[in-house]
Amino acid sequence: MTESTLEKKPAPRASGAAFILKKAAISALVALVLFSLMIGVRTEAGPQGGLIYWTRFGDLAAIVAAVFGGSIIIELLRQWWGPADKVRVVPPAVQNALSLAGRLLAPALLIFTFLVPVIFYDQRYILDLAILVLTYVMLGWGLNVVVGLAGLLDLGYVAFYAVGAYSYALLATNFGLSFWVCLPLAGILAAFWGVLLGFPVLRLRGDYLAIVTLAFGEIIRLVIINWQSLTGGPNGVSGIPRPTLFGIPLTPGEDGLAARLGIEFSPTHRIVFLFYLILALALLTNWVTIRLRRLPIGRAWEALREDEVACRALGINTTTTKLTAFATGAMFGGFAGAFFATRQGFISPESFTFQESALVLAIVVLGGMGSQLGVALAALAMIGGFELFRGLDQYRMLVFGLAMVLLMIWRPRGLIGHRAPTVYLERSQAISSDLVKEGHG
Amino acid sequence: MSETILSVDRLSMRFGGIVAVNDLSFDAGRRKITALIGPNGAGKTTVFNCITGFYKPSGGSIALTHDDGKTIQLERLNDFRISKQARVARTFQNIRLFPGMTALENLMVAQHNALMRASGLTFLGLIGAPSWRSAEARAIDLARTWLTRIGLLDRADDAAGNLPYGDQRRLEIARAMCTEPALLCLDEPAAGLNARESAALSELLLSIRSEFGTSILLIEHDMSVVMEISDHVVVMDYGVKIAEGTPRSVRDDPKVIAAYLGADEEEAIAVMESGT
Repeated sequence: MTESTLEKKPAPRASGAAFILKKAAISALVALVLFSLMIGVRTEAGPQGGLIYWTRFGDLAAIVAAVFGGSIIIELLRQWWGPADKVRVVPPAVQNALSLAGRLLAPALLIFTFLVPVIFYDQRYILDLAILVLTYVMLGWGLNVVVGLAGLLDLGYVAFYAVGAYSYALLATNFGLSFWVCLPLAGILAAFWGVLLGFPVLRLRGDYLAIVTLAFGEIIRLVIINWQSLTGGPNGVSGIPRPTLFGIPLTPGEDGLAARLGIEFSPTHRIVFLFYLILALALLTNWVTIRLRRLPIGRAWEALREDEVACRALGINTTTTKLTAFATGAMFGGFAGAFFATRQGFISPESFTFQESALVLAIVVLGGMGSQLGVALAALAMIGGFELFRGLDQYRMLVFGLAMVLLMIWRPRGLIGHRAPTVYLERSQAISSDLVKEGHG
Repeated sequence: MSETILSVDRLSMRFGGIVAVNDLSFDAGRRKITALIGPNGAGKTTVFNCITGFYKPSGGSIALTHDDGKTIQLERLNDFRISKQARVARTFQNIRLFPGMTALENLMVAQHNALMRASGLTFLGLIGAPSWRSAEARAIDLARTWLTRIGLLDRADDAAGNLPYGDQRRLEIARAMCTEPALLCLDEPAAGLNARESAALSELLLSIRSEFGTSILLIEHDMSVVMEISDHVVVMDYGVKIAEGTPRSVRDDPKVIAAYLGADEEEAIAVMESGT
């Protein structure tokens, strides 16, 4: 803003040295105030329990000087580059290339994902990580229905993940039902709980909705911990059956898949199978969501996010619309939960803490609410990126947090902030995020 | 067939100790344009909110009689059912489009209930059944017809929030019409429009009445629009009806002139000038 107004005046750069020095001095002053207590004075409990302190004015001076110098350099660079003009920074050719890359990104990612087990067949670590990423992609896509499309802020999404996981674990261990029977049941049960959660929160909006959904997530977790006779309490459920390929187990035994195919058994077979299983589930979630967006129910979700009063004036039943959003999102969470249970073979309430809800919500927000590709990229960045920084030990969280902050400054509406219309007459043009509402409960 | 589509009988609306509408009775004619006018704060929008189910009236009844003779008591229905079952559509004083959706999408959302049935409550739509596809094509055609009518066909794929103000007003009316209403309630449709746009609006409303047989109830401050298109005018002040009749008779009513003079000089002058 400032740059462009400066640019319009005839002599903006004449303000040169004085302007730059003044700006640098102000930055240095702010740094001095900020760091004088944080770095300038160091306090510690002494050996006798008293407070001892000492000063580190040398360090303080160094930091203030660095800020002063840095500010001058940044200002010089800014003047050298000139005002941030869109056309100058990104030439049309690059823009075209970028938009082409954007169109090709999704298919390229999909093809790459299909090839992951082929490329990394020997690397168990990467395969496990890929399965984890895909689980979160699926959870993100599921929550995206509630948060991104319907605009209902749900902080307790992990509850449905837990319902799905425990549904499968308990049905399989107690009644010996197979994974493929339990999978739809887990989805249905989770959807049922989604509707149950939906009813009390129908009248709530914004912050209040967020707090009640948060409480719901905790309630489910606490019930699981305390209902020892059913869920095993904090000990969890172990010995959950592994999935079978439509009845054929992936074991080294006589009736195993490897023996039937006449190939040598390898434990990687199961990992690869799990990989394609979660990939199929995630793609199903994606396909259904994309279809739903183009159906009246999906449009009603988005309309609800845009303006609930107008929806009511158009005869849209906002109650059922909200409930279907909760139920659909919960159902996908339930599927993912059943998958989680069969993959781990053991589940306990520790896997379903608020942190999981927060992580999935962060994926949806970071991805750009409502964008399928954005959510997938965000899941990759959040889960994969977190692993990437493993080498940094205790600084991992710090670097990761910083990266998130920078990303949200650069892209406040998420990686893919614009909205694609669900129907068009002539051509589909992306709608700027400035116009799209975030929803308010 | 009854000549009255909407019959408001002794309607009252109180907010705590404030009486916004007091014992108001009036009728709106079938295939007629009825205007509800009055100074600011007279309670017009409150009446609208009672009719369209956004408020539950404190007393009185609102009866809507459809073409088939079926009568629906609107005060017993709540919010979305007024639009869905009684087929009363409305627009808002401050435009309430879905700004992040395209003009076409706005009109598609308006056909929600019909499309929901056609999509077999989503399940037929999910598997892409042919019956759903043809229903969707028909819905797009209806939307296209309305976009053509309001002159926005070339901006069908633009976000509604990006359209100029006057276009947004017309789009909101088209959206309300896509619900195929029996009664269309317009809250200050000409607010913020220039003279040319107002004239176009009058034409649009007259064509809606003559071609679709939709009855229209409107609140309006723009007297040129009211005088030009209304068949019947109801004047409110301080929550009560002070006059009603043809535009001509209302215009010359001393009570109406006094109400406008007492409330707002400019509007009183506008009333008198539009008569000469």
